[in-house]
Amino acid sequence: MELKQLSALELGKKIAAGEVKVKEAVDAAFAVSDEKEADIHSYITIDKEGAYAAAEKVQQAIDKGELSSPLAGVPVAIKDNMCTEGILTTCASKILCNFVPTYTATAVEKLKAAGAVILGKTNMDEFAMGSTTETSAYGVTRNPRNIAHVPGGSSGGSAAAVAAEECFYALGSDTGGSIRQPAGYCGVVGIKPTYGTVSRYGLVAYGSSLDQIGPLAKDVSDAAAVLEAISGYDEKDSTSIDRKDLDFTASLKEDVKGVRIGIPRDYFGEGLDPEVAASVKAAAAALKEAGAVVEEFDLALVKYAIPTYYTIADAEASSNLERFDGIKYGYRTEDYTDLHDMYKKTRSEGFGPEVQRRIMLGSFVLSSGYYDAYYLKALKVKALIKQAFDDAFKKYDVILGPVAPTTAPKLGESLSDPMKMYLGDIYTISANLAGIPGLSIPVGRDAAGLPIGMQLFGDCFKEDVIIRTGYTYEKIRGAF
Amino acid sequence: MSREYETVIGLEVHVELATKTKIFCGCSTQFGGEVNSHTCPVCTGMPGSLPVLNKQVVEYAIAVGLATNCEITRHGKFDRKNYFYPDNPQNYQISQLYLPICRNGYVEIETEAGGKKKVGIHEIHMEEDAGKLIHDEWGDVSLVDYNRSGVPLIEIVSEPDMRSAEEVIAYLEKLRMFIQYLGASDCKLQEGSMRADVNLSVRPVGSDKFGTRTEMKNLNSFTAITHAIENERERQIDIIEAGGSVIQETRRFDDNKGESYAMRSKEDAQDYRYFPDPDLIPLDVSQEWIDRIKSEQPEFRPEKMARYKEEYGIPDYDIGIITDNKRMADIFEEASAICGQPKKVSNWLMVETLRLLKEKNMDAVDIRYSPKHLAALIDLVEKKVINSSVAKEVFEKMFDDDTDPVQYVEEKGLKQETDSGAIKAICEQVIADNPQSVADYKAGKEKAIGFLVGQTMKAAKGKADPGTVNALLRELLS
Repeated sequence: MELKQLSALELGKKIAAGEVKVKEAVDAAFAVSDEKEADIHSYITIDKEGAYAAAEKVQQAIDKGELSSPLAGVPVAIKDNMCTEGILTTCASKILCNFVPTYTATAVEKLKAAGAVILGKTNMDEFAMGSTTETSAYGVTRNPRNIAHVPGGSSGGSAAAVAAEECFYALGSDTGGSIRQPAGYCGVVGIKPTYGTVSRYGLVAYGSSLDQIGPLAKDVSDAAAVLEAISGYDEKDSTSIDRKDLDFTASLKEDVKGVRIGIPRDYFGEGLDPEVAASVKAAAAALKEAGAVVEEFDLALVKYAIPTYYTIADAEASSNLERFDGIKYGYRTEDYTDLHDMYKKTRSEGFGPEVQRRIMLGSFVLSSGYYDAYYLKALKVKALIKQAFDDAFKKYDVILGPVAPTTAPKLGESLSDPMKMYLGDIYTISANLAGIPGLSIPVGRDAAGLPIGMQLFGDCFKEDVIIRTGYTYEKIRGAF
Repeated sequence: MSREYETVIGLEVHVELATKTKIFCGCSTQFGGEVNSHTCPVCTGMPGSLPVLNKQVVEYAIAVGLATNCEITRHGKFDRKNYFYPDNPQNYQISQLYLPICRNGYVEIETEAGGKKKVGIHEIHMEEDAGKLIHDEWGDVSLVDYNRSGVPLIEIVSEPDMRSAEEVIAYLEKLRMFIQYLGASDCKLQEGSMRADVNLSVRPVGSDKFGTRTEMKNLNSFTAITHAIENERERQIDIIEAGGSVIQETRRFDDNKGESYAMRSKEDAQDYRYFPDPDLIPLDVSQEWIDRIKSEQPEFRPEKMARYKEEYGIPDYDIGIITDNKRMADIFEEASAICGQPKKVSNWLMVETLRLLKEKNMDAVDIRYSPKHLAALIDLVEKKVINSSVAKEVFEKMFDDDTDPVQYVEEKGLKQETDSGAIKAICEQVIADNPQSVADYKAGKEKAIGFLVGQTMKAAKGKADPGTVNALLRELLS
């Protein structure tokens, strides 16, 4: 097996055993990038210099026995909305075209402490707003499984980099499905943990109450190990939760006997591609075969998830993105007559159309006279959706469904119809609204060879059961 | 004519809290400092940074709320107030709109007529201060200093319960007293740690409907507030008398010119699009927390005044001045406890301390000397180690840098000459050198003895007890 094909944990073992040098792992990843980036464009920034410097330091620390993490020396790609000190961080936006942070996000800091080597910053939808990575100001990313198609989004660069073997794992962020959906489209594993599990400090905010950082990896074991490395209470993030049950790798067991799996009928209705439906149902049947209790049920309020999500996320985004004004950092327009002219031109030129659309929507739902009718109502519906999941988790340990209604669309098909793009988030956004963890895992391919993803939801703080179920399914499925 | 109108006034008072660090990050709140030196990713609005609430801010806000008879909100939140301005790095200010920390309180003031009146407090909320713009007149640019960005503030919003400038000042003095006594702020109007915006309208006496109000800003002294109120009252009455109507607007008062001008009208009012800040978790205040803060409330001025009268027997006038400021009162109590001479302590506060404060243009909160040093100084005088004129000199030094008086007197050799032989020798010398004065004294001119005492003190370099010298001279001349 070639070095680039190893999983992160397999590579980590070899590095720990001295069979592979960190530099060789970095070489292997960059060799793939050198060959494939022209087609795929996973990265906005590739930091070869920084990666090799880090590789040397990490190698020394490993040799001295100072690093014991299973991920020590394993190269990683970071989504470009996480601050990395000294490395350009653009959020795929023109408005941050020159922004080099003075500090590093907590999740990235934790990976560095574990001996990770950062290869670069991956492409994404601008400010994580989009489902295809086509709203990036720095060009599209293509799906490594079929370059006529999108990789999904918004963490499309991270998913593509993992699928193309340009890195051994990657970090993404998920506000409405931005880890799970591209993982599904690219045929890799992604986890969005329970809200509050991974610190948001240093993650450039989109929808603060929904955003979570999580792993995109080659398999469930890698995803669990990465999640374990980046989780933990952070005093710099008030919404961070002090959890004790963070040994996610302990759940890597082949055992689903008695696990109660609920399949929401509403997730298999109109709009779902039959090939996707068939693959996901087959995966559910396989789990049943392995001892799980599988049944269908009605999950309430599914149709309200999309309007609720876009109201809340856009409202928060409209405020979160106010700081990009040309004053302190980032892009500033060339010519302006006064302060307000500068603000207007900077923001009109600096933000792309999708971001501007969401800022407008968000500003509208928060404006005086509409706040109660839209934003406040959305918060109430969010609470009801959470209640619906609470009720469901009284009966089931896992909720199983597709990641997206279709496989990855062709490039250029989605942006012309934003409503259609928004509707594509139907199965993923509920997890963000309810704050629950979700895992996306490949279960098959459609006729065009594009991956089909399955999604497993657990109750809050129940990553263990979805990791165990995902791991078991992966063993049944075999190599993807 | 204007006697037919009643003035209706409500205040919005901003108070900068005396925490060591900012409200949402660990940066220092210290005044001054190199431009942008007290900053971090949080208070400069860097992408990805997040606010974390400083608990001490809540503690101070609750303490002020309890002192002003407010209900404390048990489940509160912070909201974002969205508006674009370069001194506001996130382009939203974290404040409290929907669930402020304190509500429905009141402050009791004494009216001119000698009665008591309650001024209602609508709410007290917590928020962050903004940075400061520095305009470079030569370079045609403006720069921003974020040292003040994120400094904690409370805004105390009164009900429109005040009817005159006197009532406004009485209310502000009462607020200031509570807040200073709590140690929550130094409340300096000139430096901006206490800022009052005046909302004012007029209406015909007897009317129960409010007139259109204006909001007056930039008032940085009690005098300016008084002037602004009188000026605005006249301005509004003139408009109404001339058949016009008052426009709801924000006005800026220029105390030098004694007039105000419009800053922005209601039509320019922005939509701040307030919503709960999703980066901060709801603020739950337990009964235990409130009880603890309540139990730690200090003795406030009225109770203190009554106790001083009872316990120390110093004049009402002294009590009034000493308790005007908690720093003074603390020094008084501590120094009195150590030296057991409250009257003497009071004298040092009333005379020398006030003189030096005035001379150096300082505020009582800035007094640096420690009570134990004042007690020691009193003791030195009492034991006749130094005389009162040397004591004044030592006090000045102590006032500047809290010098230990005992050590200072020792080091500088300022002790009184207690060797009666040596003093006698000096007296004899002075008598020999001043035959005319001696003759005058002997001729019955009492004043001459004063001159001789002075000469002796001078010869002894001040280190003699004037009483002893006086007695000795009389003895030698008799």
